[in-house]
Amino acid sequence: MTPTPKQLAAIKVAVFVLALVPLARLVWLTLAGALVEPLQFITRSTGDWTLYFLCIALAVTPLRRLAKWNWLLKLRRMVGLFAFFYALLHFLTFLWFDHFFDVAGMLKDVAKRPFILVGFIAFVLLIPLAVTSTNAMVRRLGGKRWQWLHRLVYVVAPLGVLHFWWMKAAKHDLAQPMLFVAIVALLLGIRVWWARKKQTPARAGVVQQ
Amino acid sequence: PKLAAKRNPALSAQDKPTAYHDATHYNNFYEFGTDKSDPAENAGTLRPRPWTVSIEGEVRKPLTLDLDALLKLAPLEERVYRLRCVEGWSMVIPWVGYSLSELIKRVEPTGSAKYVEFISLADRKQMPGVASRVLDWPYTEGLRLDEANHPLTLLTLGMYGETLPNQNGAPVRVVVPWKYGFKSAKSIVKIRFVRDMPRTSWNRSAPSEYGFYSNVNPAVDHPRWSQASERRIGEDSFLSRKRKTLMFNGYDVASLYTGMDLKKHF
Repeated sequence: MTPTPKQLAAIKVAVFVLALVPLARLVWLTLAGALVEPLQFITRSTGDWTLYFLCIALAVTPLRRLAKWNWLLKLRRMVGLFAFFYALLHFLTFLWFDHFFDVAGMLKDVAKRPFILVGFIAFVLLIPLAVTSTNAMVRRLGGKRWQWLHRLVYVVAPLGVLHFWWMKAAKHDLAQPMLFVAIVALLLGIRVWWARKKQTPARAGVVQQ
Repeated sequence: PKLAAKRNPALSAQDKPTAYHDATHYNNFYEFGTDKSDPAENAGTLRPRPWTVSIEGEVRKPLTLDLDALLKLAPLEERVYRLRCVEGWSMVIPWVGYSLSELIKRVEPTGSAKYVEFISLADRKQMPGVASRVLDWPYTEGLRLDEANHPLTLLTLGMYGETLPNQNGAPVRVVVPWKYGFKSAKSIVKIRFVRDMPRTSWNRSAPSEYGFYSNVNPAVDHPRWSQASERRIGEDSFLSRKRKTLMFNGYDVASLYTGMDLKKHF
């Protein structure tokens, strides 16, 4: 199943609009006064959506290989950028609502609290990926180096899940974080498995020589 | 149902009370779920009548009181208290009840009673959240006897001039306004006077995060977040900095803790 260029353009628009629905919902619920504590809701929701988009971005390659949907690759940059977009909103929520733009105070808080620190590191590591997401940057870096850099996402996703886990841990309310752990472990595990499979025949070759 | 009570101005905060809808639709009551919207959604199954509370342990006159007896035990007062949740938000609630000391003096604690333990209902049929293992049930809280006897410690039967809504701990709870909200046990079925410091539910669950005292204290951080400031529900929003949290939530109870290291006894 491969969409025509026209269909692909339509799919891209659809994904773009859908990816903005969580934001629209936040804005709507806040303006409508439907939330008792909008600030907490915004923090939680932007964090959740960061993790969802990270998982979707990580699912592109496995899906591509298993279902042979090569065209999915054309959506990955947008999905990744939306992960960054929601992470940025999540961070700004923290900076705005928790610290009222007091950057020094925010950094002190980050350094003091491991669970925030982990989330902050994950966010910082996403920045170079967002910055180098353009075609021009891919060319400038060269495909190989670009690919290596973008493997940072293999670090970012587990850090993001750890951040979420830690936040929930004290409440013994781990059903959701465990689900994320399972999904991310599956998406990263399948890559490890593929990488090993690729290595084995090569090694076998060496032995035969 | 309405619950007639006269405001006690001496023991009431001047702060503007939180909207009734917010106070009854945004709170923690894990017996009905862990989201703050869960209690209002799920507490319909709680049957607050008939209800009895047994008062036992190190007392000369153990008692079992039903709700009518509790309502008549002492004159009902309205007290407007600040409520500070350990999570960093706060409200202002007009509670209805009387000082717990009224009840304590009737049961005559013995000399060996040092602490008071509050045990909440834990009935799977009425409380869907009890099926989950987020906490050890029944929910257990406790106070030192002198804290329990402090005039501010309120045996609470109502709020906003009415009986307690199910989701806020019907039909009877305590309210200890200078401590984080979780110290104020809801839907109490048993009050025990004991010699040793009771192991409370949250303390058992995460001892490094929730101490026995859990006094509101801006100088002692929760391990995962600062307690220096708070957001008042319905008042503080996007355009304001969070407000400073007051020592003991602004209540004059320091004399209960003279000589104690509150960083250690958090």
